[in-house]
Amino acid sequence: MTTIAVTTKSEPILELEGVGKQFGSVIALRDISLHVRPGTVTCVLGDNGAGKSTLIKTLSGVHQPSGGTYRIEGEEVNLSSPRDALGKGIATVYQDLATVPLMSVWRNFFLGSEPTRGGPLRLIDVRRAKEIARKELLAMGIDIRDVEQPVGTLSGGERQAVAIARAVYFGAKVLILDEPTSALGVKQSGVVLKYVVQAKERGVAVIFITHNPHHAYLVGDHFFLLNRGRMIEDWERDEVSLDALVKAMAGGAELESLAHELKSLGGEVAEAAQEEIAEMRETQL
Amino acid sequence: MSTTTTPTATSPPARDERVAQTASLARLLRRPELGALIGAVGVFVLFAVVDQTGQFASLHGLARWSDSAATIGIVAVAVALLMIGGEFDLSAGVMVGSSGLVLGLLVTELYVMMWPAILLTLVFAAAIGAMNGWLVVKTRLPSFIVTLATFFSLQGLNLGLTKMITDTVRVSGIDDIPGFDSARAVFATDFWEPYKFRIAVVWWIGLTILATVVLARARFGNWITAVGGDANAARNTGVPVARTKILLFMFTSMSAALVGIMTALRLRSVQAGQGVGEEFTYIIAAVVGGCLLTGGFGSAIGASVGASVIGMAFIGIAFAGWNTDWSFLFLGVILFMAVMVNTIISRRASGGRG
Repeated sequence: MTTIAVTTKSEPILELEGVGKQFGSVIALRDISLHVRPGTVTCVLGDNGAGKSTLIKTLSGVHQPSGGTYRIEGEEVNLSSPRDALGKGIATVYQDLATVPLMSVWRNFFLGSEPTRGGPLRLIDVRRAKEIARKELLAMGIDIRDVEQPVGTLSGGERQAVAIARAVYFGAKVLILDEPTSALGVKQSGVVLKYVVQAKERGVAVIFITHNPHHAYLVGDHFFLLNRGRMIEDWERDEVSLDALVKAMAGGAELESLAHELKSLGGEVAEAAQEEIAEMRETQL
Repeated sequence: MSTTTTPTATSPPARDERVAQTASLARLLRRPELGALIGAVGVFVLFAVVDQTGQFASLHGLARWSDSAATIGIVAVAVALLMIGGEFDLSAGVMVGSSGLVLGLLVTELYVMMWPAILLTLVFAAAIGAMNGWLVVKTRLPSFIVTLATFFSLQGLNLGLTKMITDTVRVSGIDDIPGFDSARAVFATDFWEPYKFRIAVVWWIGLTILATVVLARARFGNWITAVGGDANAARNTGVPVARTKILLFMFTSMSAALVGIMTALRLRSVQAGQGVGEEFTYIIAAVVGGCLLTGGFGSAIGASVGASVIGMAFIGIAFAGWNTDWSFLFLGVILFMAVMVNTIISRRASGGRG
């Protein structure tokens, strides 16, 4: 029953409806509804503890939802493992767990799906693998000096880029990016965002999970806001400004009360410090 | 592909410049076996100089130390693959004894013919290896602990069962069994008169080549490096981590069994304490050969070069007329120096980023 096609836009490739996830008595996700269209970047924003990781793991097949429906291309699915998800075209790039640092760029690119020439040893077609890796990385605008160099010698942004390019090459229809910019500097974040757009332009549905509203606003077409396990906002790009996004992210009213608290705390601290200084002067004299 | 990328790319000239000076040197320094190779040349020269017999640097000497190196190297190559895969096997030494005893007891007590007995011994070793691997993968305990437990259990069984069955600590009479001669011709003969190179050397070189090809070119080799380098990343890209590790443990046990079979056929009897203590010799050979203790990096050739260093040291000390008690001190010093050199080299090669 995918009759929610209210707009003229393309059908969602991935859809959650009323999905929840419970670990014993802890409710990590509650009534999550989300839809993702091909060729768009969908941002899921949330602070620490909002449920982002649980959502990623549910989407990528690590966790099975406790309730609700999960649809891929309109079909209801029950993913049993990350490999199962991968088979259905859902690739996840984890923040730090995407590449093996000591292995070369081309080996990382093909890891787990090496092109072989057959035979009892299943030898890798190294020349072809290197060629494809170089070509595919270049197509994503990633200029690697030497595909033979260890991934560990690349910058954090380039490493993420290799993982993204790999997922796109292996036919990912949905690309889930777990905080791809959180450990990076400003310039490196820009590099990664560029590849996010590249992937989108190649028709991939990108789910960009982040706590940085500035990065999200640069590339996002659709914004979901996650807080305490619930989806509290659902905005199309033209429905929201950066200011509103930042404010919503920072928790608006919460931030104001925090400011008050800090001010009063600062006052007390200053008072205490003054008293201490006065005491010290007295004893010295 | 290079023909199409070179003209289209806009920046290559500048980029090439910043890599060109260091690329080839860095790539050479990045080779894990480089340190071991330098060490091997040093050790060879040292023992050639102090040699009292005048034979160390000849084919006679080569036949002697390559024999010693082969029995270490056959297992060290497998141990190296296992270490690259991020695990240890402390039961590799005692497995040499266990498999020899299994072979001996099968033929002398159960009257199994030689070739079927050899096959059964290899199956036994594969089962022990699979058990090690399965326990490590399932319990997620460090393989150091799991295989230490296997080591002591097997050592106890070796002594206990041998004494119980034979009333001695050895199994003898293996050479009366049908098939002994043909088995000996495959596993324990020598060739090339008058130097008498051991056939084990051929097995050793063959296994080194096989392991090197697998590591550098086969899909399974890619998986070995990946599970040792970062098991989580490997799992996320769809590498069967558990299967890879279990197969590596099986390969290690089976190569130890190969040495056990060779030793039993060569000596025509098996001591219950055979192989104990050798596990560290294998690990030393692998580490001298450039394997990182943390996994994800190393080489099979390196482990064989490491085994050669140890073989040269054992034989060289004897040829120099020194007391062989010194050989362990020598091993200790070699181990420390090799690891230091390898660490410095790899830090340099990773450009200070690692």
